[in-house]
Amino acid sequence: MRADLEIIREWIRPQNHVLDLGCGDGTLLAYLSEHKQVQGYGLEIDSANITQCLKKGVNVIEQDLDVKDLSNFKDKSFDVVVMTQALQAVRHPDIMLEEMLRIGKECIITFPNFGYWRLRLYLMQKGRMPVSRTLPYTWYNTPNIHLCTFKDFEALCYQKNIHILNRTVVDNEHRQRWFNKVWPNFLGQIAIYHVTR
Amino acid sequence: MPETIPPDSVGIVTPEMAVFDEPLHLECGKQLDSYQLIYETYGELNADRSNAVLICHALSGNHHVAGYHSMEDRKPGWWDSCIGPGKPIDTNRFYVVSLNNLGGCNGSTGPNTTNPATGKPYGPDFPVVTVSDWVASQARLADSLGIECWAAVIGGSLGGMQALQWSIQFPDRIRNALIIASTPKLTTQNIAFNEVARKAITSDPNFHDGRYYEHNTYPSKGLMLARMVGHITYLSDASMGEKFGRDLRNQAFNFGLLDVEFEIESYLHYQGERFSKNFDANTYLLMTRVLDYFDPARKHGGNLAAALKGAKCRFFVASFTTDWRFSPERSEELVNALLEAKKQVSYMEIDAPHGHDAFLIPTPRYMDVFSAYMNRIAEETKGAS
Repeated sequence: MRADLEIIREWIRPQNHVLDLGCGDGTLLAYLSEHKQVQGYGLEIDSANITQCLKKGVNVIEQDLDVKDLSNFKDKSFDVVVMTQALQAVRHPDIMLEEMLRIGKECIITFPNFGYWRLRLYLMQKGRMPVSRTLPYTWYNTPNIHLCTFKDFEALCYQKNIHILNRTVVDNEHRQRWFNKVWPNFLGQIAIYHVTR
Repeated sequence: MPETIPPDSVGIVTPEMAVFDEPLHLECGKQLDSYQLIYETYGELNADRSNAVLICHALSGNHHVAGYHSMEDRKPGWWDSCIGPGKPIDTNRFYVVSLNNLGGCNGSTGPNTTNPATGKPYGPDFPVVTVSDWVASQARLADSLGIECWAAVIGGSLGGMQALQWSIQFPDRIRNALIIASTPKLTTQNIAFNEVARKAITSDPNFHDGRYYEHNTYPSKGLMLARMVGHITYLSDASMGEKFGRDLRNQAFNFGLLDVEFEIESYLHYQGERFSKNFDANTYLLMTRVLDYFDPARKHGGNLAAALKGAKCRFFVASFTTDWRFSPERSEELVNALLEAKKQVSYMEIDAPHGHDAFLIPTPRYMDVFSAYMNRIAEETKGAS
């Protein structure tokens, strides 16, 4: 399992009711269901991923977050709402964050850090939009239309009175390294935030 | 007519009849003292009777869902695309049961069968049954076959309503409900279309208040008209356009008001006529009423989530993008109630051009998700046994 998912699963308590926005092939929910008796749902739009979820016995709902909002979910109807590596790809990340905190008591969010030193170096040296293994797209075809840095995200949390319960960073292989923690906005590649209102 | 039976067909099948002498109390307050249900089965019931699947039919369907009755059959059963060896409902793994519902006209007790009290066909005296009554009668059929709990109850359209009703009415006797191209209740527009169909039938001079059997006649014109209207709602504008466009039967306009000129006119006439020869008008009236009345939320002040509170099974809900009869929004209404009630549910909106009829057509993605879900059930069933 991806290391970011390994971290997330530790933050979710047994029997939690979980909503995973952009659940991919259902790996996280399948794990949580098996090991933590978590009852949850995944939202997904990729048809191959949806089929994988069904094969795993994961509850999956086909719903496009950009076309349809989350208004079909009631206030505080989930213990935890998870969104991994997708916040930067939605049309309105700030509204999305508000919505996630409306329907979930807690939220776990992961996103790529645009302040990572290699990306900064790429832009400075080449004068072009960074392309990396984490961000393999060119500017015109990237789904990542709202990239941000750790600092940007925390500024948004501050502005919206969102309380950060826990945060960590991992590298491209999703490993936790000691040096990431020293200067996360410069050395961390992927951010994992656990937030609440 | 099949020259040879395809390898993924259940082959030649023979219907069976189950007779019930214990009275069935109906929602309308009346009762049927005795009744019979015609049904078919495919595949083998396993030792612990855990692999049984019930198929529920829609408005004009019947018990013959797969395979052929004889080598002379023009077409296989109505859901042959999804039922057979290696198909989503794999008869190598599941024991499939399908029946003709009460009030039907294909062998089960209905308006065209003899009323034991009068010795004449029931006709309009046949009680107005409901989805709930059907489910009760299906449970008795399950009892007679020794099936305590269905691995799945599956249906499209009106069939999906029965699967939904099973989850509410017999929560301990169903492990999965597959509800395809269906709705938790009809819209006003749906009821309006049904009323046009009913009016077409009842205003046919040959209808005789439903006692046409006694007059040795048949309201075929009315039934044909009803089916033509219905058929339009089963197709999408795009699929009709693709198939017939504005094509004329004779290249030029006839400048006549009574001729069949456009190909779509000819097609609707053909469909309506063929249908009117094989279906009972009273059954058609009854089926449209069953559709109109279905609304499990009604007893719960319109709260569908409350109606679903006791359900224990997993749900598979699928809709089709171009279905305007029971549009994706109707399936989403059900899914949202299931989410609110914290039930296990998966939902797919499948991109298909065929309108409501898409649930009968084996498009690749539909078959993928259907198979994936059914395989999971088969694996869990194997694990449990």
